[in-house]
Amino acid sequence: MQTYTAQRADGGTDVYTDGKRWWWFLSLLNPLLPLVGVLGYLATDAAAWLTVPLLLMFVVAPLLDWLIGEDENNPPESVVPELEDDGYYRLLTCATVPLHYIAFLTVAVFVGTHSLPWWGFVAITIAIGIADGFAINTGHELGHKRTELEKWLAKIVLAVPAYGHFWIEHNRGHHRDVATPEDPASARMGETIYCFALREIPGAARRAWQIERERLARKGQPVISLHNEVLQSYVITLVMQIGLIVAFGWIMLPFLAIHNVFAWWVLTSANYIEHYGLLRLKDDSGRYERCQPHHSWNANHIYSNLLLFHLQRHSDHHANPTRRYQSLRHFPDLPSLGSGYYGTYLLAYVPALWFRVMDAKLLALPHVAGDLNRVNVAPEKRAALEARYGHG
Amino acid sequence: MLRSKPGTVMAEPTVFRCPGCGYVYDEAKGDDHEGYPPGMRFAQLPNDFVCPDCAVRYKEDFEAVS
Ligand SMILES: [Zn+2]
Repeated sequence: MQTYTAQRADGGTDVYTDGKRWWWFLSLLNPLLPLVGVLGYLATDAAAWLTVPLLLMFVVAPLLDWLIGEDENNPPESVVPELEDDGYYRLLTCATVPLHYIAFLTVAVFVGTHSLPWWGFVAITIAIGIADGFAINTGHELGHKRTELEKWLAKIVLAVPAYGHFWIEHNRGHHRDVATPEDPASARMGETIYCFALREIPGAARRAWQIERERLARKGQPVISLHNEVLQSYVITLVMQIGLIVAFGWIMLPFLAIHNVFAWWVLTSANYIEHYGLLRLKDDSGRYERCQPHHSWNANHIYSNLLLFHLQRHSDHHANPTRRYQSLRHFPDLPSLGSGYYGTYLLAYVPALWFRVMDAKLLALPHVAGDLNRVNVAPEKRAALEARYGHG
Repeated sequence: MLRSKPGTVMAEPTVFRCPGCGYVYDEAKGDDHEGYPPGMRFAQLPNDFVCPDCAVRYKEDFEAVS
């Protein structure tokens, strides 16, 4: 097992072994999950197999999170530079990109050439949609990196879920505005995930377009051109999805529609839970305080973190956006979701339950201490929430 | 930080670094991708300039590199 050794500032020595080193293959293989359903169907002819990928995501993953529990691995700060330089980790994120394409095209060809019961079609299409929602996670990890190769791979993998604007919107918009009322990608207390989706999805697209338009204007380049980094990714999407319609006919229309919407929905789900209700305060000059670790919700569960390139160690990600997944750290006393993302998504889909669990957690955070003035509150819900919880 | 000793001529800094992620803005090179041409002074960058790599450090956070 690879060991990293580094000198601390105080003269001591840190030694770190990444207990998850080989387990990161789960993130690499996660895109292939829907193929379990396809292969099962082809082997047995039983359409029930087509529902298995969804069960693996929303029943097995929360269960494994609960059984395996939380993660003790935490790289000391001193070894981070060496850990970041280890090309092995980079290889895994890059290799994930073609796997998203393989899974997507395999399922597309499969539904295009088999006559399936309608529910089997819907189940496998939702499953590949969700798996490609996690392509946005792969694009997220790559899009934050500085090398040209990784930036290009981000644009390429984001073409699968038809979400090419994501990395610009996320890096330059969401990270700048996170946990403020101005951010369409930070959920407000009292906002259901369904209302949030209608604000987030168009809001994010608009913000990405505006950021890219300003950049191109500085360079004197036209917005509608291949210099536009949003359009570069959209072109790949367009070619691929039109190609599928031409090849397999009308069945691709519902397939692509369901696939794309569920892929976006997965991202919406992640954004909804990552900063729900959290608020950066304004300083005396009227500028928002810098994003602090207590402005993100975290999950330190081993299994789901292994599927998602450590996305759930979200506070450290926002504090250090260019840090690679293998170096992200967990800290005690951070806002904690209590379950990995897969389980938390299910909670978010039932707003009454979500509010009951999360509003209590939110108000109990030490930096909030019951004060609604320290919470990002949905304006239309403020009166009701103040009547219920007081002003603080 | 700028520190001038009496009697020494301070050269104006031309290289600035993001204290968060290490991104460097070198006035001689500018930043082509962001649309800042070579020779563009750091002071001329827009007031709402954020670090092009991490986006979580503002213009006033940047440190001059001597
Ligand atoms: Zn930076």
